[in-house]
Amino acid sequence: MQYIPNILFLIALVVGVGFFTMNIRKVIRNIKLGHGVDTSDHKAERWGNVFRIALGQSKMVVRPIPGLLHIVVYVGFIIINIEVMEIVIDGIFGTHRIFSFLGPVYDFLIASFEILALLVLVGVILFWTRRNVQKLKRFWAREMTEWPKNDGNFILYFEMILMVLFLTMNAADLQLQQMGAAHYTQAGSFPVSSFIAPLFENFSEATLIIIERTAWWLHILGILIFLNYLYWSKHLHIMLAFPNVYFGKVVPKGKFKNLEAVTNEVKLMMDPNADPFAAPAEGAEAPAKFGASDVMDLNQIQLLNAYTCTECGRCTSECPANITGKKLSPRKIMMDTRDRLEEVGKNITKNGEFKPDGKQLLGDYILHEELWACTTCNACVEACPVSIDPLSIIMDMRQYLVMEQSAAPMELNGAMTNIENNGAPWPYNQMDRLNWKNEA
Amino acid sequence: MSDAIKVPTMAEYMAQGKQPEVLFWVGCAGSFDDRAKKITKAFVKLLNNAGVDFAVLGTEESCTGDPAKRAGNEFLFQMQAMGNIEVLNSYEVKKIVTACPHCFNTIKNEYPELGGNYEVVHHTQFLKSLLSEGRLKVEGGKFKGKRITFHDPCYLGRANGEYEAPRELLQKLEVELVEMKRCKSRGLCCGAGGAQMFKEPEEGKKDVNIERTEEAIETKPDIIAAGCPFCNTMLTDGVKGKDKEGDIAVMDVAEMIATAEDF
Repeated sequence: MQYIPNILFLIALVVGVGFFTMNIRKVIRNIKLGHGVDTSDHKAERWGNVFRIALGQSKMVVRPIPGLLHIVVYVGFIIINIEVMEIVIDGIFGTHRIFSFLGPVYDFLIASFEILALLVLVGVILFWTRRNVQKLKRFWAREMTEWPKNDGNFILYFEMILMVLFLTMNAADLQLQQMGAAHYTQAGSFPVSSFIAPLFENFSEATLIIIERTAWWLHILGILIFLNYLYWSKHLHIMLAFPNVYFGKVVPKGKFKNLEAVTNEVKLMMDPNADPFAAPAEGAEAPAKFGASDVMDLNQIQLLNAYTCTECGRCTSECPANITGKKLSPRKIMMDTRDRLEEVGKNITKNGEFKPDGKQLLGDYILHEELWACTTCNACVEACPVSIDPLSIIMDMRQYLVMEQSAAPMELNGAMTNIENNGAPWPYNQMDRLNWKNEA
Repeated sequence: MSDAIKVPTMAEYMAQGKQPEVLFWVGCAGSFDDRAKKITKAFVKLLNNAGVDFAVLGTEESCTGDPAKRAGNEFLFQMQAMGNIEVLNSYEVKKIVTACPHCFNTIKNEYPELGGNYEVVHHTQFLKSLLSEGRLKVEGGKFKGKRITFHDPCYLGRANGEYEAPRELLQKLEVELVEMKRCKSRGLCCGAGGAQMFKEPEEGKKDVNIERTEEAIETKPDIIAAGCPFCNTMLTDGVKGKDKEGDIAVMDVAEMIATAEDF
């Protein structure tokens, strides 16, 4: 009988971690639906970006207030996880504060966890205020209704509850230690919960043990539930931000990729010895589709981008099209890509392979109007704290519209015809290109 | 003044068996747009004055393909690129300077994979090097003490990380440089990039160039300085839209230097 808690704990741990692993496998499978990209270049620069941008949060602090609050929550999250290690060991072996043999080091650790927990609590409350009281514009955009809006708040509630449970657990523990209760050895230093402990002053030992155990269990179960919540949430960024920054763009932002399939065709066209009527070689691949109309046409980095996006909206708030009231929102491009990818993923889980569902990313999620409003200014790419590139998706979809569907806005067709005919977007003769030299 | 400018072509150089130190890529706007042609001429005056041995392609130049690529027409872009690369390589061009950040970005970043490898600089970078080599002298002159705000072209700034060259030139003019609320890496686009120059904007509350012009006007400038012919057009239109064309001029950095020095 005495091992029942250990067994229950082990079951909760295995189920919690197992279920999460299963869902992460789905994420990986879905990302692999995209084209592969060679990312073996610029290794040193990529690692530098991981240290600077992801670990070092360098882009978060471009906006100092949310940046600093985020660093508090981020550091708290990482450091308090050391405490979770102790909780897991205690849970499995039925021990209590297994690391307490560390003595003064342990006191220091617990004290830091407590201070960080309080700071995280304050940070999260301020984040909540920014969303719900201050109503910052970027959290109330067109795409931030229903689930995205609730998701943002649920995460904050989760974190508030976890921190309160952690501090309550410590406060009850401290009170029990002071009463000399068996099993509760004197260990740790409690700079925050020692202010909560007086609330428990007249409680009996039995009541305190119930409070301490309940808080302990709810805290670790809460963490396991939160872990599993990630898959349905924008909060996956706490893990994916790191690989995403590694795979982020390492060439100048203005360098857009050249389509290889097109290069081959253009070379063929310019080769005077090429036979225009030649039949394709035996076993030659079908001509590539130009651009992207659905998630499978995107590359794996773009799909990883979509799962990494935490919908902070910094991209959208810097986008000239969005600022001036156009429908385009780079954040929505990322959210749409993820939603469609999830839909395709569910389709695959259900049918074993993707069965056409009569839908696609272009048109059913992202509108032509959004794509054509982009000025390719790279403000969204610059703004993203985790190196997401919404612009590359916009460009791929424009390519599909123009090269597969000839669906460019009419005036653009005019400009392109001019370029084709006379080498300038306006209808001037190429032979007049140097006339300016002799004009007054 | 225009009769005074010297604009040799690559073909003329070739005929003499010579190679210029740099090719000036004029670009479509610089060749055909009335406002941009003035920038072209101002830059040529500076080159002439500094004794730079340069040449243009003239009628052999064609659109780099930037607007086609950004509009999604990769096919047309690569046709243009390969054609231009063939011409540039046949002249064995090593170094290119251009006053258009779009041409600059495309030739610098997107041509190499297609076989076009050149050292490419923006005209503000080139002028800066002429100054540091002592070939060009710039002093305060007409703009001394004037309030100037510089609008970062997206394809020079964010796209290629060059924020300082144009500002250093302006400082040489001893102006009072004031920054807009959104500047440098967070600078707001003028609204022309991504082939927007050649189409009507999508439905919205405002045009991008008006938003940007309002930010510029907030700094109470005498002149809005630009480094791109398209930004120049957009901001000039914006200033007109705000009925401020009598008070605020929109000028390219090269034009300002040429005017200050009375070239």
